[in-house]
Amino acid sequence: MSTPLARVRGLGSARSGADHWWVQRLTAIALVPLSLWFIWAVIALTGEAHATARAWAAEPFNAVMLVVLVIATFHHAQLGLQVVIEDYVHHEGAKIASLVAMKFLSFVLALAGVFAVVRIALGS
Amino acid sequence: MTASNRPLSPHLQIYRWQWTMTLSILHRATGVALSVGALLLVCWLLQLAGDGGGYRGLQDFLGSWFGRLLLFGWTFSLFFHLCNGIRHLVWDAGYGYELDTAYASAIAVVAASGVLTVLAWIAGYMAMGN
Repeated sequence: MSTPLARVRGLGSARSGADHWWVQRLTAIALVPLSLWFIWAVIALTGEAHATARAWAAEPFNAVMLVVLVIATFHHAQLGLQVVIEDYVHHEGAKIASLVAMKFLSFVLALAGVFAVVRIALGS
Repeated sequence: MTASNRPLSPHLQIYRWQWTMTLSILHRATGVALSVGALLLVCWLLQLAGDGGGYRGLQDFLGSWFGRLLLFGWTFSLFFHLCNGIRHLVWDAGYGYELDTAYASAIAVVAASGVLTVLAWIAGYMAMGN
């Protein structure tokens, strides 16, 4: 996604080329069907008992969709929040600290979500 | 020239209010709100994986007036970010930059996210009624 000149010069001032921009778009496109599916699922599960909702999430298709939803959501969110922090936190130390905290938290939360779905799907 | 007296772009209050600028900041605001909402997604999944006691408690909280208010806000945020995100993807593809087109798509995004939010909640209450 970068011009030949940008490739020769070495991926621009951030040294990452168009990668952030491109991955943000890829996850956005993935999240269009994923979030519509999720809204439909939440509506269908509204007020249902724990056992019913859990049995729904344990079905292979739903479990895979939930894992992909969690990964795409947190990947997209941390890319977006990174830009928000870079725009509004001007003190260099505070900026790096909040970026590190946000990235770690996103990663841990995504793993927790995936762990929960795997546990449900394996019935343990 | 030192960093302090470099020319700055005008501050926000210099510009006349426009729909397009409102949608721009709302896209970011709803994105941040949805990031917080992603906490609830993980919380919901962890309670779903649990023995059911915590799930019941989460349902009770989300069923309260405050829980419903949060869910309504997140529903609108999700539909808005989704619709405006598609508007951004169209721009990325190189279309829709004409001024009247950008205004029309802004109105369409606000209308669509409002209608979809209300429809989702009607469907939710109908699902609960069954």
